[in-house]
Amino acid sequence: MTPARPAPDQRSARPPGPAPDRPSGPPPAGAAGAGGADPAGPTSLTVLEAGEIARSLTRIAHEILEHNKGAEGLVLLGIPTRGVQLARRLATRLAEIEGTPVPVGAVDVTMYRDDLRRQPTRTIEATHVPDGGIDDRVVVLVDDVLFSGRTIRAALDALSDLGRPRVVRLAVLVDRGHRELPIRADHVGKNLPTSVRERVRVSLAEVDGVDEVRIEGGH
Amino acid sequence: MRHLLSAADLDVVAAVEVLDVADRMAATQQREIKKLPTLRGRTVVNLFYEDSTRTRISFEAAAKRLSADVINFSAKGSSVSKGESLKDTALTLEAMGADAVVVRHSASGAPHRLATAGWIRGAVVNAGDGTHEHPTQALLDAFTLRRHLVGHEATGADLAGRRVAVVGDVLHSRVARSNVLLLHTLGAHVTLVAPPTLLPVGVEAWPCTTSYDLDGVLRGDLGDLDAVMMLRVQAERMNAAYFPSVREYSRRYGLDARRVGLLPDHAVVMHPGPMNRGLEISADAADAPRSTIVEQVANGVAVRMAVLYLLLSGAPEAVGEPLPAKELVR
Repeated sequence: MTPARPAPDQRSARPPGPAPDRPSGPPPAGAAGAGGADPAGPTSLTVLEAGEIARSLTRIAHEILEHNKGAEGLVLLGIPTRGVQLARRLATRLAEIEGTPVPVGAVDVTMYRDDLRRQPTRTIEATHVPDGGIDDRVVVLVDDVLFSGRTIRAALDALSDLGRPRVVRLAVLVDRGHRELPIRADHVGKNLPTSVRERVRVSLAEVDGVDEVRIEGGH
Repeated sequence: MRHLLSAADLDVVAAVEVLDVADRMAATQQREIKKLPTLRGRTVVNLFYEDSTRTRISFEAAAKRLSADVINFSAKGSSVSKGESLKDTALTLEAMGADAVVVRHSASGAPHRLATAGWIRGAVVNAGDGTHEHPTQALLDAFTLRRHLVGHEATGADLAGRRVAVVGDVLHSRVARSNVLLLHTLGAHVTLVAPPTLLPVGVEAWPCTTSYDLDGVLRGDLGDLDAVMMLRVQAERMNAAYFPSVREYSRRYGLDARRVGLLPDHAVVMHPGPMNRGLEISADAADAPRSTIVEQVANGVAVRMAVLYLLLSGAPEAVGEPLPAKELVR
């Protein structure tokens, strides 16, 4: 223990400023501008609509079943807030396809984050592990947007405190790139090339009243 | 939240937030692996100038479950017994890099002095100062009440309209003062029940009612009770005769099985501990199924985890700018 007040931890090499996983922050320039068919428009642009979100989830559900050869041993864990809603929707689809219910829960990662000292105090959401636990199960983590990968790193730490899954897989609605850790998704709804300055905002009917994915900001 | 010195520091939003976070913390304490990495690398000093079992252990467990480093300091066996002042002890702690100081002191106001004198930059948590306040005890009592009256996972709920009787040695009790303030903030009605000699001067100005008639209050003369909270008779602070005899106190203000029977079925019996069994509470009452006394201790860890989380996580500017080193008093 040495004199001065602990500086905000310096583990990540990124320049000062928020390094959140979600609604993305400001500067570090130098990143590729938005490419692809979606020019990072004026201020806000809808990139996925309700129908596309629904089709993506249906496809992901089929991919999960195909990869797992059925619903045997599957547990879906959503990352609050919107990951939980997506996990529930996926569970409904899996049940429809396979005819057996798939356990679904939530894993809050707040207390495992590496940026607690860089952000205002975060609200801790509920963690709910379905009956039967996650030991020796195939856990599919579900989140809305995959960005830096730091949320998923935290989620993996949280999982190891909850039990020992046989396999952990990752399903996300949107992969927007700009990974800061060696993490990738197994199932992706849509790959969305973005600039770091932009924000990707996922709205879901259960929380926001409407299903859509928008890109905001970025000039 | 920068420090936690008084239950009055918390408005209803902040108080409910502590209880909500405590709910989450309590859920993690049901797991096989109870330790969380949240406060890794931070140092919490327990600075105890007065004897304590449950509060110190509870803060120590809370800090360790959040992966903070804990330094325990008790006045006995330290340089304090050689005459070191609070200021010099504080400067030592600052030099060792304490991020939070949990302080218990026999002098009312010692934590406030520590927080505002500019000796240390860390957060200060009042763990009981003289006859003044003990805010984390009030928070854990409110948490226990909410769990019983509203239910687990009662996120966002306060205690509006609930009735609580606080019975016994109010005069010497920091627990009573913090509870009156916090329960009032959360919307509950508090009735203090004690012999006139054990009610402090100026109690009329507190946000509560007072009564000298325990049976009447338990029976519901002022409205059906949701909880009765017994206070310890603090013999060590009594330098005069506040009541004629132990037997008389026990007969008029002690809680026994008969008096528990006067309560509505859903009402709980609380005691902050340590108990004087046979004085303010009989063994049957203390061990009754509706007694929450052991549960209060367990909830204490979750509530203190919540307090440490709220004080020590978050960007420095969000919890209040710490003093720059040069402004510290030397």
